[in-house]
Amino acid sequence: MVFSIKAIILENQKILPDFYRMVLAVPSIAREAEPGQFVMLKTSNTLDPLLKRPISIHRINKAEGTIALVYQVIGRGTNLLSQITQGELEVMGPLGNGFYWKKDYKKVAIVGGGCGIAPLPALAEELVKDGKEVYVLLGAQTREKLLCVADFQQLGCKVQVTTDDGSYGTKGFVTEILQEFILNTKIDQVYCCGPLPMTKGVIKLTKENLIPCQVSLEERMACGIGACLGCACKVRNEDGTITYKKVCHDGPVFTSSEVIIDD
Amino acid sequence: MTNLAVEVAGIKLKNPVLTASGCYGFGQEYNRLYDISRLGGIMTKGTTLEPRLGNPTPRLAETPAGILNSIGLQNPGIDRVIEEEIPWLRQFDVAIIANISGYSFDEFEEMATRLDGVPGVDALEINISCPNVKGGGMAFGTDPNTAALVVKRVRAKTKLPLIVKLSPNVTDITEIARAVESEGADAVSLINTILGMAIDIKNRRPVLANVLGGLSGPAVKPVAVRMVYQVSKAVKVPIIGMGGITSFEDAIEFMLAGASAVAIGAGNFVNPFTPLEVITGLEEWLDKEGIKDIRELVGALKA
Repeated sequence: MVFSIKAIILENQKILPDFYRMVLAVPSIAREAEPGQFVMLKTSNTLDPLLKRPISIHRINKAEGTIALVYQVIGRGTNLLSQITQGELEVMGPLGNGFYWKKDYKKVAIVGGGCGIAPLPALAEELVKDGKEVYVLLGAQTREKLLCVADFQQLGCKVQVTTDDGSYGTKGFVTEILQEFILNTKIDQVYCCGPLPMTKGVIKLTKENLIPCQVSLEERMACGIGACLGCACKVRNEDGTITYKKVCHDGPVFTSSEVIIDD
Repeated sequence: MTNLAVEVAGIKLKNPVLTASGCYGFGQEYNRLYDISRLGGIMTKGTTLEPRLGNPTPRLAETPAGILNSIGLQNPGIDRVIEEEIPWLRQFDVAIIANISGYSFDEFEEMATRLDGVPGVDALEINISCPNVKGGGMAFGTDPNTAALVVKRVRAKTKLPLIVKLSPNVTDITEIARAVESEGADAVSLINTILGMAIDIKNRRPVLANVLGGLSGPAVKPVAVRMVYQVSKAVKVPIIGMGGITSFEDAIEFMLAGASAVAIGAGNFVNPFTPLEVITGLEEWLDKEGIKDIRELVGALKA
């Protein structure tokens, strides 16, 4: 069920120089939301910006009827969003297909990079609740762009961090520690969300090591519900044919074996 | 009780609000949000003879009060539309206008032949104006003789009412409108998107992978209203007006300019409930103004 309703803004605070955390009281969406899904937010009451902005769901609190979003201020829409501190906001969601897991998974790894880390704490929370041992590998350009470390630590996950400049954790790329990590630990599933080069690297490594992997993708969207066909993602079907799926409706989470990421 | 019903190209619509081709799929996505039977009609996603993957991404760029798109007619092909999409849509009390887009005269003919007699299809919309495909689409809609020939060939293959979707990317849209009318078009729909471009100045590249795209949304509305006005002066067949409608006031503007019905395109992306809000808004406004029949508005411009 998709809702298009007004949510009450409980919080919208800067958490890092480019990042904000917003908490919305929106019980219907919170009740239905699953890790990996997203919402579309109206950023203005005028016709410019025209389109709602897709933002992934960072935390889900079904008991309190709230969802939290962590977003990066990149363009006009997110800039306007960051300036709304109280009142109501038009929200549509929950949208898309989220991550999945099976009862028999014992150890899982979550790999996140940059603003792609934002939706992963909601996933970690559910995986921990389901009794999995959750390893989290995070990458960021620098300490000031590193998200959610505390969220994962509070959930009891084992967290490793890399930064491009070495300002936090190990200097280097998250794919480098993933490579070492999967050699030493038997992992049942890898979950991945981050910039394309990282996602490509994670897909390659998991494929080589025969570990199933789910990736969350990002694409420009207009409608968010599967009608406009703007957010196409190339996939390989079981019969070998190549078609496009919709990131908003069929994804944003895909199995790594189906997606084709062009260079 | 105010009358909202209109008749366009012999199709009875319970209200004059349709959804525009390419912005509404085949209705399934929006039916998850509301009952699509409330619409006057659905102009289905542009369909080609063979399935099409569409263009590479990025396919979308937002511009001031507008959207540039270069989807490129991604669709499952005419056979699947006839076997799956139309039968699904038929369960709703809503007019079905099947949009067809050919790459040759033969393809237009073939699709018209296959759709003739398909239960539920109320009319064909002949798309001679898609700006995002090479060797077809807009190439048919920018020359009056070519446009006329498409209509003539399709006319010979079907008894269904023909609505011809016109391109705004021409010097004189009335010339094309007259040409298709003379070959038996029962109505014209306008406008398709306006060819446009956006550039990312940081990397000096076009935002769209396809370089050029079609502009829609409120940014194009004044152009669309102007063209509806001009075409209404030039032809006798009814007009379905579209281009940037997001409110009932916009719909009234198009009707005053000469449109017998309107279609919502990009407005669905801005707010999925736009068509319903337009229908309700029209009803309330007519009531308030004491206008008994919406048809009184058509072409009622004082000029």
